[in-house]
Amino acid sequence: MSEFLQLAFSGLTVGAIYALIGLGFTLIYNASDVINFAQGDFVMIGGMGTVFLMAAGLPLPVAALIALAAAVLVGLLLHRLAIEPARGASPVTLIMITIGASIFIKGVSQIIFDKQFHSLPAFSGDTPIPVGGATILPQSLWVMGTALALVVALYLFLEHTLVGKAVLATAANRLAAKLVGINVALVLALAFGLSAAIGALAGVVATPITLTRYDIGTLFTLKGFAAAMLGGMGNPVGAVVGGLLIGLIETFAAGYLSSTYKDAVAFLMILLVLLFLPRGLFGSRSVERV
Amino acid sequence: MKAVLRSRLTPLLALALVMALVPMIAPTSFHLRVAALVWIFALAALGLTILMGYAGQVSLGHAGFLGIGAYAVAIGPARLGLDPILCLVLGAVLAGLVAYGVGRPILKLKGYYLAIATLGFGVIVALVLHSETELTGGPDGMAVSRITLFGWRVTGALNWYWVSAGALLVGALLALNIAASPTGRALRALHDSEVAAAGAGIDVSAKKLAAFVVAAVYAAVAGGLLAAMNGLITPEAASFSHSVELVAMVIIGGLGSVFGTVLGAAFLVVLPQTLTAFQEYEQAVLGLLIMVFMIFLPQGIVPSLRALIEERLP
Repeated sequence: MSEFLQLAFSGLTVGAIYALIGLGFTLIYNASDVINFAQGDFVMIGGMGTVFLMAAGLPLPVAALIALAAAVLVGLLLHRLAIEPARGASPVTLIMITIGASIFIKGVSQIIFDKQFHSLPAFSGDTPIPVGGATILPQSLWVMGTALALVVALYLFLEHTLVGKAVLATAANRLAAKLVGINVALVLALAFGLSAAIGALAGVVATPITLTRYDIGTLFTLKGFAAAMLGGMGNPVGAVVGGLLIGLIETFAAGYLSSTYKDAVAFLMILLVLLFLPRGLFGSRSVERV
Repeated sequence: MKAVLRSRLTPLLALALVMALVPMIAPTSFHLRVAALVWIFALAALGLTILMGYAGQVSLGHAGFLGIGAYAVAIGPARLGLDPILCLVLGAVLAGLVAYGVGRPILKLKGYYLAIATLGFGVIVALVLHSETELTGGPDGMAVSRITLFGWRVTGALNWYWVSAGALLVGALLALNIAASPTGRALRALHDSEVAAAGAGIDVSAKKLAAFVVAAVYAAVAGGLLAAMNGLITPEAASFSHSVELVAMVIIGGLGSVFGTVLGAAFLVVLPQTLTAFQEYEQAVLGLLIMVFMIFLPQGIVPSLRALIEERLP
């Protein structure tokens, strides 16, 4: 039982990170129909930026804030310089643009930073907290708490502010949103900036656990993409549930089956889910119109 | 002139001409090896051209099939004592069968869902190659024995240059023939609209599956040649970034254009070789170029050029 609980804790911790990345995917996808393969690189920017700024002598909160701002800037530039000029391109072309952006960000990061693994000190110590026969690291609580806070904040923002409703309206129907006077260009920029901020924040809180390196983004992108897909592309609740599920599945698979194949198990699950629910767990059962 | 541009044989003749000229212009074994790599990757990308350019289905895990073909040529002779040529064929058959098994369910998916499903497939293949150390040698990869063609041991850059060039020419001829066949027309029809194609009596899922299997066989043959030429293979061959490069080759050259695919392969294989002096900047430049091409030439090099030339011609 305690082993089960232990695995569940680490599964939820990893899952919370995947959930945040999946949420970032969803935000951009809803606003612009783009699948952003550079999503995981925002996580890397958040982590690496904080590591290097702290090494330069800044305290953690300041370093994290600057890293966050840098990620938001990268997100806005990505939208302005790469996505906006290619408006109307096919989905595959858009995917390739963001993959190119991801390779570019990695390339620049290995020049600016380095090619080593880095870590951050845990925010509130390394003493494990005993819970029901298992233990949980304080940093895990930071990760889960941050994820929860972000999800709640995002929900409040989308449902209860005018700007948030504009984002939802744009996601539902871009043309109609334009007609009622919503500044769609601004909403798109907002989605990219917000999504970068969420990714970078996930990177800051996750780095003490996962470590970080210039190329760590790819794996995060794949898992976050899988999370968003599993839940049903475009559904924020789905992305969060999908992320937690993938985190749990791969941790349990690693614990009870084989740690070599934990990534395979996650993707196998996604293949199975997609076969039976081609639009994901929470996807709308839309009828194809001709 | 327009007829020449549109003819099926033009890209093939142009390709053969380039193949004949390269050894005269660049006879060093380094250049020949790079050129042979271009032909091999172009062969793998040609399969994707059929799948993506003709049928309009994306695969983000195609390096997985390349890996299957490559490891068949590596494992067969080393572990089972089979003839390498036989293994090349067996690898292609195996990749085709796997593509059939995997493709049947996942080709029902569309767009991004198909992208993640194929991506997942590629990741799983790479993981298996990475982890089954006893069979595949693990992350360090394994040595591949030399290929003997009818008693002729294929070694040296020039020999490999001609073998890979020959394989690519055959592959290109087949791809062009498929494009002009009823199946090719069916694929283009379902590319435009699956519903309309089905309405016209095309068995959409069977045709999509056929394109997927053919694409897998192309990649497996290319993988086998790659392994045999390098004499060494690592799981890197089946990695996600390799899958991405294959897709980039197809799109940069021009979606659906055979000559464009070769051009795209040449571009992405030669570029890193010329950037080795600036190794630090290689990744940044590569990413930037992919973005620039996708943004400004979303149709790819060859179709954009062709449109430009046809516009100028009377």
